[in-house]
Amino acid sequence: MAADPQIRYLTPQASEVRKKKYCRFKKSGIKYIDYKDPDFLLKFVNEQGKILPRRLTGTSLKYQRKVSQAIKRSRHLALMPYVADLMK
Amino acid sequence: MSKQYETVFIMTPVLSDDQMRETVGKFENFLKENGGTFVHQENWGLRKLAYPINKKTTGFYHLFEYTADNGNLVQKLEVEFIRDERVLRFLTVSLDKYAVTYAEKRRKEGFGKKNKKKKEETVNEQ
Repeated sequence: MAADPQIRYLTPQASEVRKKKYCRFKKSGIKYIDYKDPDFLLKFVNEQGKILPRRLTGTSLKYQRKVSQAIKRSRHLALMPYVADLMK
Repeated sequence: MSKQYETVFIMTPVLSDDQMRETVGKFENFLKENGGTFVHQENWGLRKLAYPINKKTTGFYHLFEYTADNGNLVQKLEVEFIRDERVLRFLTVSLDKYAVTYAEKRRKEGFGKKNKKKKEETVNEQ
Protein backbone atom coordinates (compact mmCIF):
# COMPACT_ATOMS: atom_id res chain seq x y z
CA MET A 1 0.00 0.00 0.00
CA ALA A 2 2.75 2.34 0.86
CA ALA A 3 4.09 1.65 -2.61
CA ASP A 4 1.34 3.75 -4.14
CA PRO A 5 1.67 7.38 -3.03
CA GLN A 6 -1.69 8.26 -4.60
CA ILE A 7 -3.70 6.52 -1.93
CA ARG A 8 -4.50 8.60 1.11
CA TYR A 9 -6.53 7.51 4.04
CA LEU A 10 -9.11 9.67 5.73
CA THR A 11 -8.16 8.36 9.13
CA PRO A 12 -4.49 7.77 9.77
CA GLN A 13 -3.75 4.11 10.12
CA ALA A 14 -2.59 2.87 13.45
CA SER A 15 0.96 1.91 12.77
CA GLU A 16 2.08 0.77 16.22
CA VAL A 17 1.52 -2.86 17.01
CA ARG A 18 0.20 -3.38 20.50
CA LYS A 19 2.61 -5.19 22.77
CA LYS A 20 1.54 -8.69 23.53
CA LYS A 21 0.48 -9.27 27.09
CA TYR A 22 2.13 -12.05 28.98
CA CYS A 23 1.72 -13.79 32.26
CA ARG A 24 4.38 -12.45 34.55
CA PHE A 25 4.31 -15.54 36.77
CA LYS A 26 4.91 -17.91 33.90
CA LYS A 27 7.60 -15.69 32.49
CA SER A 28 9.59 -15.24 35.67
CA GLY A 29 8.81 -18.66 37.10
CA ILE A 30 7.04 -17.61 40.27
CA LYS A 31 5.25 -20.59 41.75
CA TYR A 32 3.76 -19.25 44.93
CA ILE A 33 2.06 -15.93 45.52
CA ASP A 34 2.48 -14.66 49.03
CA TYR A 35 -0.44 -13.05 50.79
CA LYS A 36 1.93 -11.49 53.33
CA ASP A 37 3.39 -9.15 50.73
CA PRO A 38 0.79 -6.43 50.11
CA ASP A 39 3.20 -4.24 48.16
CA PHE A 40 3.45 -6.86 45.45
CA LEU A 41 -0.27 -7.58 45.39
CA LEU A 42 -0.92 -3.88 44.88
CA LYS A 43 -0.10 -4.42 41.21
CA PHE A 44 -3.22 -6.52 40.77
CA VAL A 45 -5.81 -4.17 42.22
CA ASN A 46 -7.18 -0.87 41.02
CA GLU A 47 -7.39 2.35 42.99
CA GLN A 48 -10.46 1.22 44.86
CA GLY A 49 -8.79 -2.00 45.90
CA LYS A 50 -10.71 -4.16 43.45
CA ILE A 51 -8.98 -7.10 41.82
CA LEU A 52 -8.10 -6.34 38.21
CA PRO A 53 -9.38 -8.72 35.53
CA ARG A 54 -7.11 -11.03 33.63
CA ARG A 55 -7.74 -9.19 30.41
CA LEU A 56 -5.97 -6.14 31.81
CA THR A 57 -3.09 -7.75 33.64
CA GLY A 58 -2.46 -10.62 31.22
CA THR A 59 -2.12 -13.15 34.02
CA SER A 60 -2.88 -16.73 33.06
CA LEU A 61 -5.93 -18.35 34.59
CA LYS A 62 -3.93 -20.62 36.86
CA TYR A 63 -2.15 -17.72 38.47
CA GLN A 64 -5.10 -15.37 38.43
CA ARG A 65 -6.82 -17.80 40.79
CA LYS A 66 -3.81 -17.73 43.07
CA VAL A 67 -3.58 -13.95 42.91
CA SER A 68 -7.21 -13.54 43.86
CA GLN A 69 -6.83 -16.04 46.70
CA ALA A 70 -3.77 -14.21 47.99
CA ILE A 71 -5.48 -10.82 47.82
CA LYS A 72 -8.47 -12.14 49.71
CA ARG A 73 -6.26 -13.59 52.44
CA SER A 74 -4.36 -10.38 52.64
CA ARG A 75 -7.61 -8.47 53.04
CA HIS A 76 -8.69 -10.71 55.86
CA LEU A 77 -5.49 -9.87 57.73
CA ALA A 78 -6.00 -6.15 57.16
CA LEU A 79 -2.83 -5.96 55.09
CA MET A 80 -4.94 -4.74 52.19
CA PRO A 81 -8.24 -2.87 52.33
CA TYR A 82 -11.55 -4.30 51.18
CA VAL A 83 -12.60 -0.89 49.96
CA ALA A 84 -10.42 2.13 49.47
CA ASP A 85 -10.15 5.46 47.75
CA LEU A 86 -7.01 6.53 46.00
CA MET A 87 -4.88 3.61 47.02
CA LYS A 88 -2.15 4.52 44.57
CA MET B 1 2.46 -37.42 57.05
CA SER B 2 3.01 -34.19 58.78
CA LYS B 3 1.97 -31.06 57.10
CA GLN B 4 3.35 -27.59 57.39
CA TYR B 5 1.09 -24.76 58.46
CA GLU B 6 1.42 -21.07 58.79
CA THR B 7 -0.59 -18.87 61.10
CA VAL B 8 -0.66 -15.10 61.17
CA PHE B 9 -2.52 -13.42 63.99
CA ILE B 10 -3.13 -9.87 65.09
CA MET B 11 -3.17 -8.80 68.74
CA THR B 12 -4.71 -5.66 70.16
CA PRO B 13 -2.44 -2.61 70.34
CA VAL B 14 -3.61 -2.06 73.91
CA LEU B 15 -1.09 -4.60 75.19
CA SER B 16 2.29 -3.60 76.48
CA ASP B 17 5.35 -5.24 74.99
CA ASP B 18 5.56 -7.71 77.86
CA GLN B 19 1.90 -8.62 77.64
CA MET B 20 2.28 -9.09 73.92
CA ARG B 21 5.21 -11.43 74.43
CA GLU B 22 3.29 -13.31 77.06
CA THR B 23 0.37 -13.80 74.69
CA VAL B 24 2.69 -15.07 71.98
CA GLY B 25 4.32 -17.37 74.53
CA LYS B 26 0.97 -18.77 75.51
CA PHE B 27 0.15 -19.84 71.97
CA GLU B 28 3.67 -21.05 71.42
CA ASN B 29 3.43 -23.32 74.44
CA PHE B 30 -0.01 -24.44 73.39
CA LEU B 31 1.31 -25.54 70.02
CA LYS B 32 4.30 -27.30 71.51
CA GLU B 33 2.23 -29.12 74.10
CA ASN B 34 -0.23 -30.36 71.51
CA GLY B 35 2.33 -31.91 69.24
CA GLY B 36 3.28 -29.11 66.89
CA THR B 37 6.91 -28.52 66.02
CA PHE B 38 8.04 -25.01 65.25
CA VAL B 39 9.80 -24.26 62.02
CA HIS B 40 10.01 -20.55 62.38
CA GLN B 41 8.34 -17.57 63.93
CA GLU B 42 8.44 -13.93 63.25
CA ASN B 43 7.28 -10.80 64.98
CA TRP B 44 6.22 -8.03 62.65
CA GLY B 45 5.68 -5.57 65.46
CA LEU B 46 3.00 -2.91 65.60
CA ARG B 47 1.54 -2.34 62.17
CA LYS B 48 -1.19 -0.14 60.85
CA LEU B 49 -4.31 -2.02 59.78
CA ALA B 50 -5.74 -1.37 56.34
CA TYR B 51 -9.16 -0.93 57.93
CA PRO B 52 -10.28 -0.75 61.56
CA ILE B 53 -11.02 -4.00 63.38
CA ASN B 54 -12.95 -3.70 66.66
CA LYS B 55 -12.31 0.05 66.47
CA LYS B 56 -8.54 -0.49 66.54
CA THR B 57 -6.43 0.96 63.78
CA THR B 58 -3.16 -0.77 64.66
CA GLY B 59 -2.18 -4.21 65.83
CA PHE B 60 0.73 -6.49 66.72
CA TYR B 61 1.30 -9.02 63.96
CA HIS B 62 2.89 -12.35 64.64
CA LEU B 63 3.68 -15.27 62.36
CA PHE B 64 4.02 -18.94 63.32
CA GLU B 65 5.33 -21.60 60.97
CA TYR B 66 5.00 -25.13 62.26
CA THR B 67 4.38 -28.70 61.29
CA ALA B 68 1.64 -30.86 62.71
CA ASP B 69 0.60 -34.45 62.17
CA ASN B 70 -3.07 -33.79 61.71
CA GLY B 71 -5.49 -30.94 61.34
CA ASN B 72 -6.84 -31.34 64.86
CA LEU B 73 -4.07 -29.16 66.20
CA VAL B 74 -5.10 -26.32 63.90
CA GLN B 75 -8.68 -26.62 65.02
CA LYS B 76 -7.68 -26.52 68.68
CA LEU B 77 -5.41 -23.56 68.09
CA GLU B 78 -8.16 -21.64 66.35
CA VAL B 79 -10.53 -22.31 69.22
CA GLU B 80 -7.89 -20.83 71.52
CA PHE B 81 -7.65 -17.79 69.29
CA ILE B 82 -11.39 -17.27 69.35
CA ARG B 83 -11.48 -17.54 73.13
CA ASP B 84 -8.67 -15.09 73.65
CA GLU B 85 -9.97 -11.56 73.41
CA ARG B 86 -6.48 -10.16 72.96
CA VAL B 87 -6.46 -11.61 69.45
CA LEU B 88 -8.21 -9.48 66.85
CA ARG B 89 -7.78 -11.66 63.79
CA PHE B 90 -6.02 -14.83 62.72
CA LEU B 91 -5.49 -16.83 59.57
CA THR B 92 -4.08 -20.33 59.23
CA VAL B 93 -2.95 -21.63 55.89
CA SER B 94 -1.57 -25.06 55.07
CA LEU B 95 1.48 -24.81 52.86
CA ASP B 96 1.82 -26.75 49.63
CA LYS B 97 5.22 -27.69 48.22
CA TYR B 98 5.72 -24.37 46.44
CA ALA B 99 4.75 -22.46 49.51
CA VAL B 100 7.23 -24.43 51.61
CA THR B 101 10.12 -23.60 49.31
CA TYR B 102 8.99 -20.00 49.19
CA ALA B 103 8.89 -19.86 52.99
CA GLU B 104 12.40 -21.29 53.22
CA LYS B 105 13.71 -18.75 50.77
CA ARG B 106 11.95 -15.96 52.58
CA ARG B 107 13.50 -17.04 55.86
CA LYS B 108 16.98 -17.06 54.40
CA GLU B 109 17.08 -13.73 52.68
CA GLY B 110 14.03 -11.59 52.16
CA PHE B 111 12.20 -10.92 55.35
CA GLY B 112 15.01 -9.41 57.41
CA LYS B 113 15.36 -6.36 55.25
CA LYS B 114 11.71 -6.00 54.58
CA ASN B 115 10.79 -6.27 58.21
CA LYS B 116 13.15 -3.51 59.16
CA LYS B 117 11.64 -1.30 56.52
CA LYS B 118 8.16 -2.03 57.75
CA LYS B 119 9.14 -1.32 61.31
CA GLU B 120 10.54 2.04 60.31
CA GLU B 121 7.31 2.86 58.59
CA THR B 122 5.24 2.07 61.62
CA VAL B 123 7.52 4.16 63.80
CA ASN B 124 7.12 7.07 61.44
CA GLU B 125 3.39 6.81 61.61
CA GLN B 126 3.42 7.08 65.34
